[in-house]
Formats: sequence, C-alpha cells, structure tokens
Amino acid sequence: MNQILEKSIFEYSRDGRGAEAQHPPALRGAVASASKEALGAVPAALRRQSKPMLPEASELDVVRHFTRLSQLNFSIDTNFYPLGSCTMKYNPKACNQYAMLPEFLSRHPLAPDTQGQGFLSCMFELQEMLKEVTGMKAVSLNPMAGAHGEFAGVAMIRAYHRARGDLARNEIIVPEAAHGTNPATATMCGCIVREIPVDAEGDVDIEALKKAVGPNTAGIMLTNPSTLGVFERKIEEVARIVHGAGGLLYYDGANLNAILGKVRPGDMGFDVIHMNLHKTFSTPHGGGGPGAGAVGVSARLEPFLPVPVVGREGEGYRWLTENDRPQSIGRLSAFMGNAGVLLRAYIYMRMLGREGMSRVGEFATLNANYVMARLRAAGFDLAYPNRRASHEFIITMKRQAKELNVTAMDIAKRLLDYGFHAPTTYFPLLVPECLLIEPTETESRETLDGFIDAMVAILGEASSDATKLKAAPYTMPVRRLDDVRAAKQLELTWKPVDSAA
Amino acid sequence: MSQVITDLKYAKSHEWARLLPSGLVEIGITDHAQHALGDLVFVEVPEAGRTLEAGAACAVVESVKAASDVYAPIAGTVVECNAELASTPELINQDCYGKGWMIRVKPASASALEGLLSADAYSAVLAAEGG
Repeated sequence: MNQILEKSIFEYSRDGRGAEAQHPPALRGAVASASKEALGAVPAALRRQSKPMLPEASELDVVRHFTRLSQLNFSIDTNFYPLGSCTMKYNPKACNQYAMLPEFLSRHPLAPDTQGQGFLSCMFELQEMLKEVTGMKAVSLNPMAGAHGEFAGVAMIRAYHRARGDLARNEIIVPEAAHGTNPATATMCGCIVREIPVDAEGDVDIEALKKAVGPNTAGIMLTNPSTLGVFERKIEEVARIVHGAGGLLYYDGANLNAILGKVRPGDMGFDVIHMNLHKTFSTPHGGGGPGAGAVGVSARLEPFLPVPVVGREGEGYRWLTENDRPQSIGRLSAFMGNAGVLLRAYIYMRMLGREGMSRVGEFATLNANYVMARLRAAGFDLAYPNRRASHEFIITMKRQAKELNVTAMDIAKRLLDYGFHAPTTYFPLLVPECLLIEPTETESRETLDGFIDAMVAILGEASSDATKLKAAPYTMPVRRLDDVRAAKQLELTWKPVDSAA
Repeated sequence: MSQVITDLKYAKSHEWARLLPSGLVEIGITDHAQHALGDLVFVEVPEAGRTLEAGAACAVVESVKAASDVYAPIAGTVVECNAELASTPELINQDCYGKGWMIRVKPASASALEGLLSADAYSAVLAAEGG
C-alpha cells in the first residue's frame, strides 16, 4: 500500500498558534493592534495591513512534519543510486565531521590571513593535490559549481587570446558526445559553438574536427571519458590538431572519477580543466548545491586564473589577489568559493591518499564493467558493445520499445519498486531509449548483484507483463507522475482552501 | 514506423520543408523527431525578420526527456511563426506536418529546396538509423 503523503506545513497551521511569550514586548498581540511606537518611523502607507501568510504551527508539529518528510527521501544513505558521480557519489561521513570542527565553522571569512593559517594551509594543500592528480600547473578554488568552473575556463581561454591580440578567435568546438553544459558555457562567454560528430565507436570524428578548426578557433571543449561512457582514444591527435590551429583544449571534469590516479588531463594535452568536487571528490551536492567547480590550468593560462588563490610565502600562506595577478579574469565569488565544500574535498583526498586515489578509478571502472558484462549476458543491448566501459555505460531499450512497447522510463520507474534508484534516463541524447548506469567505487559486490537481479527480473516482466511496467512504481509514496503536466502547469505556491467556497 | 509524407522535402536532422503556393517555405519537425522527443512541453521559434543560415540552429523544442535544437533546413528570412505553439506545443506531437508547423520562411534562393532529401531518401535515412 502507498503511504499517505505528508501534508504541507501550512495545513498544520492554526490562526494565532505561536509562542506569544517569546515575541518582543512591543509586538505582542495581533499586528493590527500593535502600538504606533512599535512601528516607529515606518510610514503608514508602507505598513502591512494583514498578517503575512506564514504557517503557525507548534514546535512538535514542525519537528514531526520535517522528520516525516525526511523519511520519504530515496537517497544514497538508504538505497543504491546508479546515477553515480554524474550526480553525486557517496560522501564519507568523516569528511563532514572534520569540516564541521568549530575552528573551521567559526572562522570569519574577513579575518586577517595571519589568523586563518590553518584554513589557508588546507586550501593551499587542496590546490596542490588537485594539481598533482590532474597534471595541471596551477589551480583556483573560486568557482562555486561545475558550470561556474566551465565559465571560468572559457573566460580564461578568451582572455588568453585577447592578451595576445588574437581577437578573431571566438569559436568553440564541441563534440556531440560532450557534456550538455559545454555549448551553454561557450555561448555565455560570447563564443560561437561549432558542433562536430562522433564516429560509430564513440570517438571524435577526426576528419570533421580538421574541417572545423581554423583561424577563428578559440578552443575545444571535451569530456573524457565522454558522456557515452567511453574513453576518447584519439585524444592526443585531437590535442595536436587543435593546438596546431592555435586553439586551446578545455577538459570538462564531469567524468574525472573514471581516470582518477590513472591518466591525467594535463598529460593528455589539456590547457584548462574544471573539477566538480561533488562528483569526484565526494562533497555534498544535495538539492543542487552548494557546489564547487575548481579550475586547473596549464602554464600559459596561469596568469588568468580567477582570484583569490592561496599562495605560500616562507612558512606561511596568504591570499593572492588582483595585485599579484593583474591579468586575472577577476573574482567569481565572494571570498574564495564555498569554503565548507572545499574543506570536505580536502579531507576526502587526505583520507584517500595517493594510493587510494587510483583505487577510486580502478574500482569505479571495475564495478561498471562487471555490471555491464552481466546485464549484457542477461539480454540487455549495449549502446557501444565493442567498447570497454569507463566508470559508466549505456544500455539502450530501443529494441524493447519497438517490440514490447516498454521504454527506458518504464524500467527506471519499476526499479524503484525493487529498492533501487533509477539510473540516468534519456541522456546522452545520442542514444535512443537509454539508461546511463554508473555504480561508483563504493558499492559492494552484493549490492551490485542485487541491482543486476532486479534489472533481469524487470526484463522478464517486460516480456511477460508489459502493462505492469507501464504503471510502475507501485510501492512509492506517489505513483507514476505526470511529467508533462508538471512541466507545463508548475504550481509551487500553497494556497488556502477558501472555506466559504 | 514513423510517418513520412511524399510531397515534402526533408533534412537529415529530421526537419521537413513544404513549398507553399505563396513561394514561402513552411518548416517543422518530422514524425520521427516528435516521436523520439516524446511529449513536448516548450517550443521556442525565431521571430519574424530573423535571417536563417542553412544547417544552423533556429529553434528549440523541449520535451520531458530532452531539449533539442531545430536546424534550419534552408537559408532565408522568417516571415511568420506559429504562435499557437507557445501555449500548445503538443500540436507538434498531434499533427507535426499540419497544425504543428513551426515557421514560414522566405527562401534566400529559388533553388533552396533542391539540396534537401526526398521522402524516399529521408525514409532511407530513418531505416539506416534503425527507426
């Protein structure tokens, strides 16, 4: 049976239910009867005439309401979540624990450098570790999200060309297997996007790339492994062609988890990279933020890095600002980005160490290839059957959609009934009816086997009882949601039911 | 199997073009495209007066699955756009070759349609894609 959905907090509200004794003395009683003195110098025309429509509920009702809501969560702390690092991987609890130490929490961002040496040393070491693991020359921790990091990266590419007087370079090449945010970033930075295709095996179409580069090429934005879940094998040739044409290479770090400690973007020839710390370095990203999108660059882009960055002077550390980096693209956030998120990434990396870092890449890849091989053997179609998976792989339900009228969405919804979160559906756009599955390195063999068993059972249901899949899920607080209506008639404001009606 | 209409011209990127008696060319997306996208929830069409470059993105269709660019099959100038689509994007799902038309364009040259695919050639493209 389905649980009854929790009521909204407004429905617990009763007029006047408040802790009157805790109101400031002058404001006790209804707003309408508040004394003129209490309202002070606020002109009559600007005074509120009615109470704001805020819920008036008791503390216990509020506690129960939010506890019950939290129990409706389908989260990585309760269930396997094959969205993987694409969304957010498991955050070890220790990262949170240490980042919440009072010395970090109570530090004021405007405190003088001399009083924040501990924090600054963590940030300096985080910069150094990110440099080491990506093979880049310098790092800035400023950007506060992946897309923000991308913006910083392309802004630096533009600043670099401009500083050289090379003003015609305003085109960014984006392979169709790149991350969806890449063309948006290029456009935001005032560039023109030139899309190039990938070949049947998922690698960049080299001939199309050769035709696309020229005197207007500012750079190329690549994700490697690409969104197709495969490693771009021609990356060195791509780097040669783009550099040969005078362009720079941008690495979208969305899939860095797959190659962690194994291959370094700096060694592949990339000039700039953004790292989604929530994807690869295990920082929280629930509800869309706060995030962190640190950027790393090759030597020629170092002067353009966003400020401030942490520098070392003798035994101490200090913020390097516009005075130290006059060519910087500037500041992208107040202070230095999301300090708490950066600390969590720092602690995660310190806990893993150099050896642990390569085990992340190894186990993420092993787990993906294990699940891929077993699902293939069970009768699922792989989008790229000739390729080894990176940290993720794609199955396509195109055949089942045609033959059985069972879509990727039906499989995704049915998985919920088996206790697994759905993988990414309908992305990448290149593959019809696809499920993009990413187990990540932290899942045990038993959990993976459980997921595989569920997938196989659902594939069986697709043949024997397709109508059952169409109406899934059955065991969730809500049944199949109307996506179309949700997109077209979004209603997020609670309105009281008119009692007179 | 997706519907392909014989008297239209097609682009490989799944747009169709129809030469109207007025000399304008009506443009929309094919049955295969609307089916692949699923239920549309938002359509953005270019304003009248905008110049289109053949093969360049000129409109956006968004479904519950994905947002996708629509590429101009021919070069020309937008004369009219289908205002109905703003409130009823589902017209494209219901009648992609009729009420779901997107824009009407004054072609840059009289021979603009010649480079496009015939219905047979487009059907072959779909067959090759396994659609």
